[in-house]
Amino acid sequence: MKIGVVTFPGSLDDADARRAAAVAGAEAVALWHGDADLLGVDAVVLPGGFSYGDYLRAGAISRFAPVMETIIKKAGEGLPVLGICNGFQVLCESHLLPGALIKNHHRKFVCKDQRLRIENNTTAWTSDYDANHEITIVLKNQDGSFVADEATLDRLEGEGRVVARYLGNPNGSYRDIAGISNERGNVVGLMPHPEHAVENLTGPTTDGLGFFTSVLKAVVAS
Amino acid sequence: MSTDTVTNAESTPDVEQPWADLGLKPDEYQRIRDILGRRPTSCELAMYSVMWSEHCSYKSSKVHLRRFGEIPQETPAGKMLAGIGENAGVIDIGEGYAVTFKVESHNHPSYVEPYQGAATGVGGIVRDILAMGARPVAVMDPLRFGPLDAPDTKRVLPGIVSGVGGYGNSLGLPNIGGEVVFDPTYLGNPLVNALCVGVMRHEDLHLANATGLGNQIILYGAKTGGDGIGGVSVLASETFAEGGPTKRPAVQVGDPFMEKLLIECTLELFQAEVVEGIQDLGGAGLSCATSELASAGDGGMHVSLDKVPLRDASLAPEEILMSESQERMMAVVTPDNVEAFLKICAKWDVQADVIGEVTDTGKLEIDWHGERVVDVPPRSVAHDGPVYNRPFERPSWQDELQADGAEKLPRAKTAEELRDTLLRLVASPNLCDKSWVTDQYDRYVLGNSVLAQPEDSGMIRVDETSGLGVAVSTDCNGRFAKLDPYTGAKLALAESFRNVATTGARPVAVTDCLNFGSPEDPAVMWQFTEAIRGLVDGCKELGMPVTGGNVSFYNQTGETPILPTPVVGVLGVIDDVTRRTPIGFTTAMEGHQLYLLGETAEELSGSEWAHVVHGHLGGRPPAVDLAAEQQLADILINASRDGLIDAAHDVSDGGVAQTLVESALRGGVGARVWAPDGLDPFLFLFAESAGRAVVAVPRTEEVRFTDMCTARRFPHTRIGVITGDTLDLQDQFELPLTELREAWTATLPNALN
Repeated sequence: MKIGVVTFPGSLDDADARRAAAVAGAEAVALWHGDADLLGVDAVVLPGGFSYGDYLRAGAISRFAPVMETIIKKAGEGLPVLGICNGFQVLCESHLLPGALIKNHHRKFVCKDQRLRIENNTTAWTSDYDANHEITIVLKNQDGSFVADEATLDRLEGEGRVVARYLGNPNGSYRDIAGISNERGNVVGLMPHPEHAVENLTGPTTDGLGFFTSVLKAVVAS
Repeated sequence: MSTDTVTNAESTPDVEQPWADLGLKPDEYQRIRDILGRRPTSCELAMYSVMWSEHCSYKSSKVHLRRFGEIPQETPAGKMLAGIGENAGVIDIGEGYAVTFKVESHNHPSYVEPYQGAATGVGGIVRDILAMGARPVAVMDPLRFGPLDAPDTKRVLPGIVSGVGGYGNSLGLPNIGGEVVFDPTYLGNPLVNALCVGVMRHEDLHLANATGLGNQIILYGAKTGGDGIGGVSVLASETFAEGGPTKRPAVQVGDPFMEKLLIECTLELFQAEVVEGIQDLGGAGLSCATSELASAGDGGMHVSLDKVPLRDASLAPEEILMSESQERMMAVVTPDNVEAFLKICAKWDVQADVIGEVTDTGKLEIDWHGERVVDVPPRSVAHDGPVYNRPFERPSWQDELQADGAEKLPRAKTAEELRDTLLRLVASPNLCDKSWVTDQYDRYVLGNSVLAQPEDSGMIRVDETSGLGVAVSTDCNGRFAKLDPYTGAKLALAESFRNVATTGARPVAVTDCLNFGSPEDPAVMWQFTEAIRGLVDGCKELGMPVTGGNVSFYNQTGETPILPTPVVGVLGVIDDVTRRTPIGFTTAMEGHQLYLLGETAEELSGSEWAHVVHGHLGGRPPAVDLAAEQQLADILINASRDGLIDAAHDVSDGGVAQTLVESALRGGVGARVWAPDGLDPFLFLFAESAGRAVVAVPRTEEVRFTDMCTARRFPHTRIGVITGDTLDLQDQFELPLTELREAWTATLPNALN
């Protein structure tokens, strides 16, 4: 069972995502942005960071990386993909997920322990959580405010694709949305960082581990 | 404009040169002429002017800094693998690991252009650490500002904080501590100090020298632009004058994305073993890198300056030599490794160009399109700069200042007055919650942050299997240093040492950032020499070497210097980070006994209480007893190892009251406390005697803990118990934590949002 973690130029939480995958019991595989080969991984994490310095727009350049061509194709075939923070931005820029992430409404970078409610525990990345499970994981970003037009938001809500919601909106995200999925539930974008909440020693909780254990089960089940 | 070549300089000895505008003094210019036996070319003049600046040459401080060499170079953890004189000191911490750390200033640029000044301050210190062969693993930022309510503070503080965060966050380095201090003397002269910690395996150590005839000199990283020209000479080495021209163009502009690539690229170059010598480009840019590499090598160096890739093609050779464009490194590479070197750079999209080679001429020779524009002995540029024995004298006002103690000021007496004083202090700018600042810094990235602000020190896990880790704290109370610079420096050292020990780590080494006013003022120079004397004596007594640091002079506006601010960073080693001691009182600790370790004296001069309540600064700082500090540290470390304490917090600014409030609010559980027999409640709460800490002892361990203190004859007094949701000072007042939290957290958001 292999979870691949892509390193773009400017990725920062790639080693952390690999550590989280390993803590969950998976074999973590480093994937390189310039290499279209996914090395046989069963799931992919697009990690946090400032790929390409967030220049132009966050995620806007990374989505053209050779590795993304393969990921976009395989995601369509059901490969579980989790985009965390900058990875969420890349997924939106790649049109694997709708909407966009814009600057926090307070215009500052924010790093805090954030409470969330898991709204959909049927996706590939959230099945290990209970319905309406409340968790605390790390939030840290500059461009974390999720926006979309009303129709898209209504559709996301209606189809149960709001995966996690903030309890106490930290950045101005519409309808307190912290994470969403595609229709099939294999692609999830999440602004907070579950990979930083997998060890009591270094994280606020171990509440983030569920994302990684969920995908292990999803892969085994398929 | 024609190029001023060496030949031209020889034939035109009487040409007027702008040495004064470049910050050189008449005798310094004459000295350059004497060294060269002719007038310098304009390129040579540019190089000497930046390298002989106060910032690069340490010309006013050198004679005093030599005293750090008197301290034994052995640390309690192991030997030093590199010491002062390298980019940063390197300490053996065991298990094959070495740690390097250093603090530097970026004060003046941050006043002129807060965001970029602070950002490039972080970038510069990170490259210093990287150049030693280490992976940077954490940063810390001791910051000092004018009064919180001053309009200029509202200009510089948000920019500086956002610059520190914007750069460090983009590099993926956790910011795990630092300081935020306000004092009127920093108005117009904020202090931005930046500390970086790096980790390497012993075999990865790299040094800055250019050896090996025929080895190639490769410049890699960002292209060279027109930013930061004269940063070290006209900006960092002068006092700001009213009405002078804006110095914004002298501030560098940072690109953290490029620096992140530079870090990963450089670490891969080390891994591939294709680097013989390496130097980062910081202050004085290419002038510094070429002359220092050549000077530390065994031959000479030849550089073709026209091969330097430029962001702005119109730059003159003098400007290229002086530019402080960020995110650049220079490496010495054997000819057969050049191809592999360039390939790794290409993988990371990092530009790299061979611009010169190591020669056997003993000289630094630089050409511009085939014409020789620099021909100098490299040592004369890098190391033989002027050395000043600046006059220093204890100022006449020092006696009067010390005679005016705060102990005579009216104190709160009734329960209500004590309660109000506590609330007022907790909400004061220096003691209030700093999360408005620190929440803009990523403290989690890299996944090894075991402790971060507001804990007593930041702690980083080095090895995931063994749990080996390091802890770092930075501290300085500038008011104490003003009252007595010798004792003040020792107190800064003691506080930083104590903060490392409270977390359970063994303090092993020191870095310092000595921020002072103008060295041309004998009173400032006296403060400086006294602070060094204090640090040298203190380090000798505690058995820790100073492994590196930085001096920042000319921190004054007009005639008013800043408080003497010798910021001390102490690095500690902990064999297993899982036994770290945090500061917070948590639910799991309900019923734990609180002990105050150390003795409380009637010491109020220079305290936060005197500052906030009376706007007073006078008297003598608290006494410092380093033998007692050492004993306290041993108790804290042993108690951590043996599981005798679950929380510990040092007592410093604001006294025991502040310590208790911070621990209670951190963990969310209150305490019922009492003043020890014979101690006046006011002094119990607000005195700032050194050598103290409050610890939380489980009832089951109480006997073992007190036996240990008794056996060591160390003063320990039971002062309360962890319980409830209030801070209850028996027979005096009871304050709900909600009210305390409201007072503590409101100050910065109210002032800055």
